[in-house]
Amino acid sequence: MAIDAAARRGDFPILSRRVHDAPLVYLDSAASAQKPERVLAAVDAFYRGHYANVHRGAHTLSAEATAHYEAARVRVARFLNAPSERSVVFVRNATEGINLVAHAWGRQALHAGDEIVLTVAEHHANLVPWHLLAAERGAVIRGVPLGSDQRVDMEALAAAIGPRTKLVATFHLSNVLGVVNPVARIAELAHAVGALFLVDGAQAAPHLPIDVQALGADAYVFSGHKVGAPSGIGALWVREPLLRDWPPFLGGGEMIRTVEVDRSTYADIPMRFEAGTPAIAEAVGLHAALDYLDDLGLAAIWDHDRALARYAIGRLRALDGVTLYGPEGDDRGGIVPFNVADVHPHDVASALDARGVAVRAGHHCAQPLMRALGVRSTVRASFWLHTTRADIDLLVEAIEEVRDFFGAVA
Amino acid sequence: MGFLDQIYRDAVLEHARSPRNRGALDPYSVKQEGINPSCGDELVLYLLVRDGVVEDARFAGHGCAISQASASMMTQAVKGRAIAEVETLIAHFKAMIHGKGADPSLGDLVVLEGISKLHARVKCATLAWVTLDAALAAEAAGQRAGQVSVDEGSDGSA
Repeated sequence: MAIDAAARRGDFPILSRRVHDAPLVYLDSAASAQKPERVLAAVDAFYRGHYANVHRGAHTLSAEATAHYEAARVRVARFLNAPSERSVVFVRNATEGINLVAHAWGRQALHAGDEIVLTVAEHHANLVPWHLLAAERGAVIRGVPLGSDQRVDMEALAAAIGPRTKLVATFHLSNVLGVVNPVARIAELAHAVGALFLVDGAQAAPHLPIDVQALGADAYVFSGHKVGAPSGIGALWVREPLLRDWPPFLGGGEMIRTVEVDRSTYADIPMRFEAGTPAIAEAVGLHAALDYLDDLGLAAIWDHDRALARYAIGRLRALDGVTLYGPEGDDRGGIVPFNVADVHPHDVASALDARGVAVRAGHHCAQPLMRALGVRSTVRASFWLHTTRADIDLLVEAIEEVRDFFGAVA
Repeated sequence: MGFLDQIYRDAVLEHARSPRNRGALDPYSVKQEGINPSCGDELVLYLLVRDGVVEDARFAGHGCAISQASASMMTQAVKGRAIAEVETLIAHFKAMIHGKGADPSLGDLVVLEGISKLHARVKCATLAWVTLDAALAAEAAGQRAGQVSVDEGSDGSA
């Protein structure tokens, strides 16, 4: 079934509000997605009817809360087509998932002179944790450039992977360029040298079907807030035999087996990696969000997304003074970065906001990519299942007004 | 007057289009870099201070219309003023941009007051002033150069 975006708008209560006396046109889903009624209702019902702490307490509410929380874990495993929920770890967000891998895996597996391969198009979340780890372990980071088509240069990537490579970490869908990385091919290159292969799925999860087994990932992370769930919940999946061998990242309650005053032993996976009271209601919200997405169908959402990208690129290209970034093709989703000649992206974003159009402006937590594109920052419009062609028409109209308003501001 | 016109007043756009005192200053007493980490914009402020007076001020770097206009108007406002007066001006500017009203001594700078209603852009307007504040502190400490982030500098929002 194709996505009926105009009908889906009604699923999101916030989309009926006005901003600066104009109807809200929300084109910032890549920064964070709005929440469907179904998620809001699930979180509300959980707090009203079932809330208590999980995995402790012998009372009824605690048992119900635990059942809800663990059902969410099973739901995430199904969303990722993971073989088992045992290796699904709840984290705050994709960033925390990557940091968990850097600490639990990296601090015991990485040694001086070992190499980490990353691309220039990574989000800072998939760069900075490795900078910290490399500095601690004396490892070396190899950066892979973009090719002339603004996709990751696969020849350069293959050349960067060598006998000292211990980790290859890259994005599934770029948060700036909107392009899908050939993840399965990269997995083959990484595994050929025995490297761990981590995929940052923060942008892919809301937009396209994910199958961690088909992708060949060893670790996959995503954030709940980008798939319509509350903020504060995300998931890390790791191939089970690997995760089983990793030491804990954070210590505290829930992750232990026995504790003495001077030592402790640790729980089995996945609890070993979930210290302290987790984001319980947020996990319930994530469950509802994944139900919502799967009912609509990720394949249908991806088709809708790509059709919107084609439409937006076509309309924006026709505007004088607008520069577009990112490749075109069947691998391009609904994330569209652009600049308006001689107008700073923040001025563009403020002017669009004055007309009710919400976009992101800045470096998008991707400073190396900005340098590779030869810009300091861009405006970014991003789409989701509730985005319509009419929204994009309003964006185009607003950009034309912005150009007139700022005239020749240098 | 529309929402956007209240922010981007004619005088603001005029300064953004034709910034005053743009470029490096040589000789200078202190060269202070100011960075806005959330957008990557950066400002380089040069001051020539003699006998407790800011004799000259110039700026370079990259930024949006608001940050450029603010820096342009700021350099105009501080030239020839005693450091004590400049410090008072900084305090008044920060108060205005945080919605606490415009002191009459701010003069032409009041055209920037509208930005106080646009919370997302307040740091664009304060970048030059946080940098100026840090430059004066560096100068007082006998340093010739420094770097400050608009997130770390005292922007008067507390």
